Amino acid sequence: MASAHGTGIKPPARRLTWNDPTVRAVVYQVIALGLVAFGVWYLVSNTLHNLETRKIASGFDFLTREAGFAIGESPIYFGPENTYARAILVGILNTLRVAVVGIILATLLGTIIGIARLSKNWLLAKIASLYVEVMRNIPLLLHLFFWYALITEIMPGPRDALNPMPGVFISNRGIKVPSPTDHFAFDLAAGGFLLGLILSVVVAQWAKKRQERTGLTFPLMWSSLALILGLPLLGWLIGGAPTQLDVPVLRGFNFQGGATLTPEYAALLAGLVIYTAGFIAEVVRSGILAVSHGQWEAASALGFTRGRLLQLIVLPQALRVIIPPMTSQYLNITKNSSLAIAIGYPDIVSIANTTLNQTGQAIEGILVIMGVYLSISLSISLFMNWYNKHIALVER
Amino acid sequence: MTNAPEITGETDIAPPVSSTGIVAWMRERLFSSPLNIIMTVLCGLLVIATLPPFIEWALIKAVWISPTADACRAARGGACWAFIAEKHRLILFGLYPYDEQWRPLLAALVNIALIVASCMRRFWNIRLLYIWGIGLVLISWLMWGGVLGLSYVENTKWGGLPLTLILATFGVGFAFPFGIVLALGRRSNMPAIKTLCIMYIELIRGVPLISLLFMSSVMLPLFFPEGFSIDKLLRAQIAIIMFAAAYIAEVVRGGLQAIPKGQYEAADALGLSYWKKTGLIILPQALKIVIPPMVSLFIAMFKDTSLVVIIGIFDLMNATKASLTDTAWKGFAVESYIFVSIIYFVFCFSMSKYSQQLEARLATGHKR
Repeated sequence: MASAHGTGIKPPARRLTWNDPTVRAVVYQVIALGLVAFGVWYLVSNTLHNLETRKIASGFDFLTREAGFAIGESPIYFGPENTYARAILVGILNTLRVAVVGIILATLLGTIIGIARLSKNWLLAKIASLYVEVMRNIPLLLHLFFWYALITEIMPGPRDALNPMPGVFISNRGIKVPSPTDHFAFDLAAGGFLLGLILSVVVAQWAKKRQERTGLTFPLMWSSLALILGLPLLGWLIGGAPTQLDVPVLRGFNFQGGATLTPEYAALLAGLVIYTAGFIAEVVRSGILAVSHGQWEAASALGFTRGRLLQLIVLPQALRVIIPPMTSQYLNITKNSSLAIAIGYPDIVSIANTTLNQTGQAIEGILVIMGVYLSISLSISLFMNWYNKHIALVER
Repeated sequence: MTNAPEITGETDIAPPVSSTGIVAWMRERLFSSPLNIIMTVLCGLLVIATLPPFIEWALIKAVWISPTADACRAARGGACWAFIAEKHRLILFGLYPYDEQWRPLLAALVNIALIVASCMRRFWNIRLLYIWGIGLVLISWLMWGGVLGLSYVENTKWGGLPLTLILATFGVGFAFPFGIVLALGRRSNMPAIKTLCIMYIELIRGVPLISLLFMSSVMLPLFFPEGFSIDKLLRAQIAIIMFAAAYIAEVVRGGLQAIPKGQYEAADALGLSYWKKTGLIILPQALKIVIPPMVSLFIAMFKDTSLVVIIGIFDLMNATKASLTDTAWKGFAVESYIFVSIIYFVFCFSMSKYSQQLEARLATGHKR
């Protein structure tokens, strides 16, 4: 009986023909890889040859050499005697400093404007849409130049600096604010703030679990507010409640003491925040609009107040739409902070540029810039993807 | 006996509040609740605090025409538009020879015409390719010259608005085919090609444009054999094309993903080859979907070309900065930045309005 099957049509033997899609796929891929490999080989061999004839050293040895230049502002100590590696670290810190603060401020401003644009109040909605249209349609670089010119050219010199609040001075040397002195109590307060943040996350987790178990709600906002504001206050009181602040004073041609927001940092931050807030406003607005009318109407029919409606029905659904484009806005802020070089803020691009001009090691310099941005971009993407998964719709 | 209700003073109710007219509109949109009233007042204060001083500075106290900066300095508290009147040729055309500046003007107009033609639906076919070819030749001839009676102007002298337009238009124009190929590659089921495309797209999208521009200005000369040099402008243009291609690829990929699977399967069932399927069935539908995001991308690229300032190319932004270096006219940065802002704004805003209109026309969804 088995032979009866054996006489059936045998599958044709596999032959190598152009009509076989698998064969074609292999050939195409080999060709593509070959072309890319050849291109890379060609460029690399040219580069090596050029480096040799121009007597440019290659490799990252230069990182351990003395940099010999000064950096305008740095969160950690940096002097000309430090190494290039430390200079690049300063650049990375400066980039992060402006990117993190920029992301927080732009999110706040953008959300406010996005919601304002949806307001029933005609005047408010019009002002918000004017803001969005104007700010989005002007290049960021122009924002930076504009703010930088405004601070350095229009603001008065230190001698007749604007003094909107006691201890705060605005001049063309930047914005001076009082800073906490080196007192133990201020360290305690900072510690209290961090502890408050962590504790409020823990409390939120607990409250969520309890609500799932018992249905009881917990006044989360008030408890978090109390923790985040109360603990630093407690730390400050325990430390002896010092009231002395390091207030800037005019001495000679410039201010002494206090903390400074340099014109470069202030202009970069203002430009980034004001520009990106326009985009974030649109992201928030479209996210809220994406929640269907039925949801609003059903919630109103159930007797939700407007605040509860936003908090419990609309925002959780809107966030799902908002998170992916918001991620790309955060990435944009980080990448756009590279424009700092145009107004002389020492971010990673500016410092890597100085380094490559001094050492002549262009390839290494560019690789440093690209490596830093790729790792920052990747970390933000990973975090936001995790968060997105966390809030995404869980379907069957 | 009648059941009709008696009309007495007790059952009398006030007529409903008027819901039309300016008063009703104001009550509804400005003063409907205490919170609303507070917001209206705050916004009103903001407008009163900013608008009149701005108008006074920009219009009333402004100096419009003056051959020297002294009149501007004398009129304190007013804008100095005379500065723009004096420097507008430099800002708009850069260092292009003064007597020949009608050529970049014409080139810019041709360029704008190209953009407008690309926006018109009746040109959304193969004719657009010819129009672009002719436009490219025309712009190159006007800008470079050297033949047919125009004197030769080397491209280091190009500048201002025409250069910004050229960088943006041809950056996106040439990046477009690359972007489509990359998007198709990313959707391909050949692992090697897919990996190469993903690597390229993610690498470019992960780094800022500035790093690519730096790469083009300091690394590209090292990549090629000795004696082979590409000029600075072309290098910047290549960097912009490389950058735009990665972003276009992602936009096109979105369109490809939106095409229902049935379309692919139907094309396969008809026995179409991959290229016929892609060229005749998939791409025409996918590209139509991605036109609005493509316009947004073009706006973004138009703004981003201003970054070439950093590698020293004389585009609109750099020409503006150059106009500020004149010592006789020092201190009018704000005026000139406002002037360029308006130029950028007019271009970007009109394109974004166009994109919104298009989106509304192409949209088929539930709207209330």
